[in-house]
Amino acid sequence: MTNLNLAVAASLNVNAAAAGQATAAAKITARNLNFYYDGFHALKNIHMDIPEKRVTAIIGPSGCGKSTLLRIFNRIYSIYPKLEARGEVMLDGENVLDPHYPLNRLRSKVGMVFQKPVPFPMSIYDNIAYGIKHYEKLSRADMDIRVEQALRQAAIWDEAKDKLKGSALGLSGGQQQRLCIARAIALRPEVILFDEPTSALDPIATGKIEQLVEELKKDFTIAIVTHNMQQAARCSDFTAFMYLGELIEFGETETMFTRPSKQQTEDYITGRFG
Amino acid sequence: MSAIAEKLYRRRRLKNSIALVMASAATLFGLFWLVWILWTTLVNGIGALKPELFYQMTPPPGEDGGLANAFFGSMLMSILAILMGTPVGILAGTFLAEYARRSYLGEAIRFINDILLSAPSIVLGLFVYTLVVRPMGHFSGFAGAITLALIVLPVVVRTTDEMLKLVPSQMREAALSLGVPQWKVTVQVLYRSALPGIVTGILLALARISGETAPLLFTALNNQFWSHDLSGPLASVPVVVFQYAMSPYDTWHELAWAGAFMVTVFVLCISLIARAIIARRKVAND
Repeated sequence: MTNLNLAVAASLNVNAAAAGQATAAAKITARNLNFYYDGFHALKNIHMDIPEKRVTAIIGPSGCGKSTLLRIFNRIYSIYPKLEARGEVMLDGENVLDPHYPLNRLRSKVGMVFQKPVPFPMSIYDNIAYGIKHYEKLSRADMDIRVEQALRQAAIWDEAKDKLKGSALGLSGGQQQRLCIARAIALRPEVILFDEPTSALDPIATGKIEQLVEELKKDFTIAIVTHNMQQAARCSDFTAFMYLGELIEFGETETMFTRPSKQQTEDYITGRFG
Repeated sequence: MSAIAEKLYRRRRLKNSIALVMASAATLFGLFWLVWILWTTLVNGIGALKPELFYQMTPPPGEDGGLANAFFGSMLMSILAILMGTPVGILAGTFLAEYARRSYLGEAIRFINDILLSAPSIVLGLFVYTLVVRPMGHFSGFAGAITLALIVLPVVVRTTDEMLKLVPSQMREAALSLGVPQWKVTVQVLYRSALPGIVTGILLALARISGETAPLLFTALNNQFWSHDLSGPLASVPVVVFQYAMSPYDTWHELAWAGAFMVTVFVLCISLIARAIIARRKVAND
């Protein structure tokens, strides 16, 4: 980091923006973002840029608001009552928190993968086709191609191709999670949000997902919430450290893990708390 | 030290044995009556089984006959009750689980539904009697079916609500995060996941209404003849069993046993099917 940059970094938000813009354009930009759970102030004045076609990891101890932040990006929080987000989340220059921003468009642009793999109780094929059918009318042949593409992209094609008509519940946990990733990318989103995607998986399945995330960043902007710091270090380009609802530090992953500028970040990364 | 520990341990073992003996005795006590009832029904019922049951009408005293009209009446009213109670029950259960889960309104409806669930069926019979039978001026199979539907309704509401609540919230989130609207998610994803449970609930409701007597006494009454006219009185197995069992005639007693046996077997079959569905669901979830 240059001296100039350090000087500007008196305000860490500017630092965050600078770090983000240094290498890639911001795909999602959060400004003055606050979040309330039934009056409880869960996110405090977040300023953050998610760079395009990079992997951004969000880390921090339990309850720091990292999942909350992720769940604002596709407004999935809005299905529950008494939750409120204030501020701006710009996606390609439009504020997705604006009530007029169509949810349909937002969710087709921003896909999400959850902590536990949740395949729908239908066949593998239908799991993928289900979301596509909602947006496009495709012929049988075109749908076959789309399903195959999605499964290939999520590195599950070889394991699934012989049982496309079989129930998705018959797959193993790791396979189910890759199926869920395939389901999300089948809609050709621009951003994929991962909410602790490997915390329910064994190390081998975890490795496959991480490898997949690495592959996917060629085509998608990725934000991944993780409890696992090694995971953040292994597969992300940028890291955001959050604590008690605040964004403490944001920067390139390498810098964050070797020379964090905040004491709290260093304490967390070195395992002194959290 | 160890002597004290040993003494304590011996006392605990003693208490454990006493508790075990008492619990086992209570279980045996309960089972004893149950087995006795089933055994009596089985012995007398099997003895009274004959092919005529299924094609002859309920006879006048002293003559031979069957229960064909009662079986048919029961079937007609039960099917109609399920057809009326199930859709309303599923919709109401969906409302509770998906749209009013943590609201006061939802809690109030759930509470009222639980009252309906445990309301004595005779009260429902009287209710329909005043509401349907008296304005119509006569008893009818339709009134009987409505009463049974009122028994089906809270069972289906409850099971639909419970089964939808068992669907992990991440399944909802995953489907909604694809941009699919909530009603589609509910119908196409959540119902599919909750289906075995909901079907089980409907089957258990069917098992319950197939033995109901009190609510039919004031509504469908009875009919000695073959009838498929829902606007007139209709025979049903439980009411015939009630009437014949109270009579002084031996031929009627036999038919009552046969009817009681058939209802018991029917309920047993329904319960077995319900169990099989639940077992399969468990396998699918593991």
